[in-house]
Amino acid sequence: MEKRKLMRGSIALAEGAITAGCRYYFGYPITPQNEISEHLSARLPEVGGVFIQAESEIASINMVLGAASCGARAMTSSSGPGISLMQEGLSYLAGSELPALVVNITRIGPGLGGISACQGDYWQATRGGGHGDYRLIVLAPNSVQEMHDLAIKALHLADQYRNPAMILADAILGQMMEPVNLDPPPVEIPAKPWALTGARGRKPQLVKSLYLADGEMEKHNWHMYEKYQRLQEAEVMVEMDLEEHMDLLLVSFGSCSRMVNSAVALARSRGYRVGHIRPVTLFPFPGDAIREVSRCVGKVLTVEMNTGQMWDDVRLSVYPGCQCRLLARPGGAIPSPKQILEEIEKYIKAGDLLAKSVR
Amino acid sequence: MQKVFARPATLLETGFHFCPGCHHGIVHRLLCEMLERYNLQEKAVGVPGVGCGVFLYDYIAIDVCEAPHGRATAVATGIKRVQPDHFVFTYQGDGDLGAIGTAEVIHAANRGENFTVIFVNNSVYGMTGGQMAPTTLLGQYTTTSPAGRDSRNDGYPLHLAEMLAPLEGVAFAARVSLHTPAHVKKARRALQRAFETQLEKRGFSFMEFVSACPTNWHLTTLQSVEHIEQKMLSVFPLGIYKNTAAATVRKEGEPADALL
Amino acid sequence: MSRITIREEGCKGCSYCVLACKRKLIRIDQDRINNLGYNPAVFSDNNEEPCTGCALCAEICPEVLIEVYRQQGRVGA
Repeated sequence: MEKRKLMRGSIALAEGAITAGCRYYFGYPITPQNEISEHLSARLPEVGGVFIQAESEIASINMVLGAASCGARAMTSSSGPGISLMQEGLSYLAGSELPALVVNITRIGPGLGGISACQGDYWQATRGGGHGDYRLIVLAPNSVQEMHDLAIKALHLADQYRNPAMILADAILGQMMEPVNLDPPPVEIPAKPWALTGARGRKPQLVKSLYLADGEMEKHNWHMYEKYQRLQEAEVMVEMDLEEHMDLLLVSFGSCSRMVNSAVALARSRGYRVGHIRPVTLFPFPGDAIREVSRCVGKVLTVEMNTGQMWDDVRLSVYPGCQCRLLARPGGAIPSPKQILEEIEKYIKAGDLLAKSVR
Repeated sequence: MQKVFARPATLLETGFHFCPGCHHGIVHRLLCEMLERYNLQEKAVGVPGVGCGVFLYDYIAIDVCEAPHGRATAVATGIKRVQPDHFVFTYQGDGDLGAIGTAEVIHAANRGENFTVIFVNNSVYGMTGGQMAPTTLLGQYTTTSPAGRDSRNDGYPLHLAEMLAPLEGVAFAARVSLHTPAHVKKARRALQRAFETQLEKRGFSFMEFVSACPTNWHLTTLQSVEHIEQKMLSVFPLGIYKNTAAATVRKEGEPADALL
Repeated sequence: MSRITIREEGCKGCSYCVLACKRKLIRIDQDRINNLGYNPAVFSDNNEEPCTGCALCAEICPEVLIEVYRQQGRVGA
């Protein structure tokens, strides 16, 4: 019997992490993510785990680093300003090849910004706000169910590729409530022979990111690069709602994609032939899918709740010659389905400014 | 003929990278002696911060997790909470602990985290070339206090042992020195108390080692010993500032109990 | 006789052992440079006041290079 429960996004994510065997949470209060910490402060002791409210996000991410170095599944959650403080720690986690789950319930910014939702941390998440050649595995849920499921998936990918993984959600997803199917896929945590469990019956082991000898870091950088290539080849997650023939392709992610879904339905009801691609993994980005689909659709409309960030990746990915437009609403503004529909109509009716779109 | 002193087995053969007369090497040796005394080599995890002590893993044969600058006590918190029955210690210098890591050490102490902090106080930033540290003496020349540390601009030397001792989570806090053999013996006994504090799960233990940094003090090694004797120890009085295992618990402000 | 050995190749000439030895049995060899480029400390016993194996030198060596052998039962003799 499917176990469904009406849950808030943050709680669903926290329960997903627990289901995935995460037993260590270190965090610091910041709106709009507090529900995660508050829930785990009660739940983790129940499941034999540890919850610490640290003195800062900097301390939090480093506690995660410590716990991860022992092979434990550990996580933290925060929002923009806190995630910014964690950037050095994330770079160390990647450089030390440690798995960890970091959740960003994005809020408006920059600076103190505000507590409502936006998608302005896309660049920071996908381009890595920290120093050095590294990437974060970034998953962007668009429903409470995905908050639960992608937390499990993120912890799995982090372990599998020994790299920090981020859930990029936002205040909407954190606060909204939807029914969630709590029947988890079987979870098995891979063995971690590299973990610092004490040099008993083996040579001492080291978790570090310092590489001073000649050529050592270059080797390490390419080793990490190879990991990111494998991720790109094997772990892209993308949702595609396409039609046989399309005049316009929309691209959006996260909670914004819910509005785009409604707009697409409205547009189709008015006879417009539109498709929608929703990246679920922001890294690895579904560039190939967008290139493939856009080959036979001359126009692409990116819809984002920021001033245009994923828009860069879309333009990098579309088939050459495709026309790209952006509908951007930053600062907590939410594009309504109606507004998106108007943009769809305007864009389709604009005719082919270019030569016949490439078939 | 009996061998009465030898290099501890846990101290690897690789020669130290430390400068001549630097006391880091002695701290490493004392750590190895204690690790062996309590048979901890197979269940110890060292957490060096960033500074001259970062290469702990090249010298001590235990598992090591390298912490970002200033965050060793947070990393150690994570490790100790995952593996409470492991022996966990941080190894940090003036900058790592006394400057960027102050918040982390205060809150780890305040949470009573059951691990041991090794703090090497040589009153400068060694690895980066001798900049002023929070523990730099007034009037001391460093590359960032070229006219000598001036309290009006640079504040005063920070007293970590005294600052942390009053926190209820702290079970042991001491400051020792290494500039004479007698002081090294006392330092070893104090370090043993710190190890026992962790092994008996009494809470946070803190060991501050006053150490020489001839290179960045611009003194010879023997002048450095004098500098410690005549200048540092008056600013950084030695002693056990807290020991919850001791019969009488020292009241705040009382002079520290004499080192045993 | 009690005695010490110094791994001279690791010595950085800091002279702490020279300072520590009550009987002045250790000196810095000014005529030799070791692989590290330092004048190493060398031990030379003398019959009047021989080494007692007190290990003060070993206790203070920052490079942990000194091993100490003590003649049984004759400490300080």
